[in-house]
Amino acid sequence: MSEKTDKNAKTGTADGAGRRLSVFKTYKLYVGGKFPRSESGRVYEVTDSEGHWLANAPLSSRKDARDAVVAARKAFGGWAGATAYNRGQVLYRVAEMLEGRREQFAAEVADAEGLSRDEAATQVDAAVDRWVWYAGWTDKIAQIVGGGNPVAGPFFNLSSPEPTGVVAVLAPQESSFLGLVSVLAPVIATGNTAVVIASERAPLPALSLGEVLATSDVPGGVVNVLSGRTAEIAAPLAAHQDVNAIDLAGAGEALAKELEIAAADNLKRVLRPQPVDDWAATPGTERMTAFLETKTVWHPTGSLGASGSAY
Amino acid sequence: MSSTAPTSPQPSPTPERAGAPAALSDVTASDGALRRFLHGLPGVDAVGLEARAASLGTRSIKTTAKAYAIDLAISMVDLTTLEGADTPGKVRALGAKAVRPDPTDRTAPATAAVCVYPDMVAAAKEAVAGSAVKVASVATAFPAGRAPLAVKLADVREAVAAGADEIDMVIDRGAFLAGNYRKVFDEITAVKEACGASARLKVIFETGELSTYDNIRRASWLGMLAGADFIKTSTGKVAVNATPANTLLMLEAVRDFRAQTGVQVGVKPAGGIRTTKDAVKFLVLVNETVGEDWLDNHWFRFGASSLLNDLLMQRQKLATGRYSGPDYVTVD
Repeated sequence: MSEKTDKNAKTGTADGAGRRLSVFKTYKLYVGGKFPRSESGRVYEVTDSEGHWLANAPLSSRKDARDAVVAARKAFGGWAGATAYNRGQVLYRVAEMLEGRREQFAAEVADAEGLSRDEAATQVDAAVDRWVWYAGWTDKIAQIVGGGNPVAGPFFNLSSPEPTGVVAVLAPQESSFLGLVSVLAPVIATGNTAVVIASERAPLPALSLGEVLATSDVPGGVVNVLSGRTAEIAAPLAAHQDVNAIDLAGAGEALAKELEIAAADNLKRVLRPQPVDDWAATPGTERMTAFLETKTVWHPTGSLGASGSAY
Repeated sequence: MSSTAPTSPQPSPTPERAGAPAALSDVTASDGALRRFLHGLPGVDAVGLEARAASLGTRSIKTTAKAYAIDLAISMVDLTTLEGADTPGKVRALGAKAVRPDPTDRTAPATAAVCVYPDMVAAAKEAVAGSAVKVASVATAFPAGRAPLAVKLADVREAVAAGADEIDMVIDRGAFLAGNYRKVFDEITAVKEACGASARLKVIFETGELSTYDNIRRASWLGMLAGADFIKTSTGKVAVNATPANTLLMLEAVRDFRAQTGVQVGVKPAGGIRTTKDAVKFLVLVNETVGEDWLDNHWFRFGASSLLNDLLMQRQKLATGRYSGPDYVTVD
């Protein structure tokens, strides 16, 4: 790494009038509200779309995955128990924070995906809007997938959606930022907590998103971001007994099949990879409902007497 | 030693004793002699002690060694519930868990003991009846120890009468810190006598309140001289509980005590040990400091409640290759 750093340091400052040393960013994982390096101490080289070195990203091990699940489980009670309105405010806050770092993300996305600055900025704007969109859904999803059920008896019968628990998310491999936000936001909007495996080739925007989440009132552990070899980290997550659901968006066909088999052991909810042509299109509610369970309660209405109500 | 675990080997000769062993009888002859002896103990090199404990914590214990360590640690757990809200039902549940920690895997060993307040001893005794699991009871006005001696002794006698196999007493930290070693010594001797022949005595120093390593070393020797069968770090009720460093210091004390007197004393770190990784670090400390003679639940215990669940989850991981979760162990 030092060799590469030196090379970049030279080219990076050659045109500046006042020469100063470049300050490179150490990308780190985001687990439990903290920014650890990989437990294994490993890193791997991340390059732009043309193969030029950008940074070293942590190469997570299965133990990082385990730690992330522990953090996500710990955060679940508080996040699921927060009011939907409050979760909406927090998600909106994420959008606010992202807006302020728009330039940084546009640069990272441009490097990662080989886009022009304008194209990348469009992607980042769409991602910010996506957070706002899901922020609005947090206290509305219950109305469209829950409700009162008509029953033949003196009961109220109410169904309400409940978060599933800890969700492992394999972020899309190609769309490193908009795709990531599009699969992550619906998971946490409904009260789940997430362990996200960033795009293997382009993890930097995802790792930077951790810094945004850490400063947006998202409780530590609600989102945990890992970078590394998707297949290596996903396998223990799919088999993990304390993970309740898995989104296979970033898995290839063979890997998805293997992970689905491993996930069957504790009856995880599995969202199979679906082809997405345009991540910017309005997503619909499927990604939210995929990680909701329905709780139905019967409540006796009792005798209503003189009030005259004829429920 | 007064009681013998049926399943545990007796690795060293442990002669019957009352009060100080013969080799050191002169140091307990008077208040002045006791003070001179305790203050004559070599000072503790705090930096060296902590560095040694930390370096032993870096050992990597994997695969079969890890499986062995996990089972050993489970068999050393004193499964503890010491809450004001303890009910007979909770104690029964704890007893059932102590006897069969993992109902889905009958190869999991039983824990060493359940540890409860004196009024719950009878319920605990009933819950572990027919197994090798012992019942330990805290006594002597646990956790503060601020009560007259007569009350403390009555507390102990009640617990022993109810069937406790082990008594966990707290020392009078106030007297100890005031330099009144004789009072602490006499109290431990009196409690030891109240334990009679049937109960082993664990002496809790509450290391978090003793401030210095020198004090912990003095307390360890004081406890052992007074006839403790076990020395125990803490009550679990203060901010600083068992740490690798203070446990290492106590292990060195029991090692030196056996070298001088031939009497083997057990060690029990308690409080704050929550993960398998922590527990394995303590086992490494034991093995490297006092050796295999202490790697047995007759001589080394963990005072813990949440540790057992983590040990069981790690055990399940080793057995199945899949990470387990809190849904697969009991909620205590």
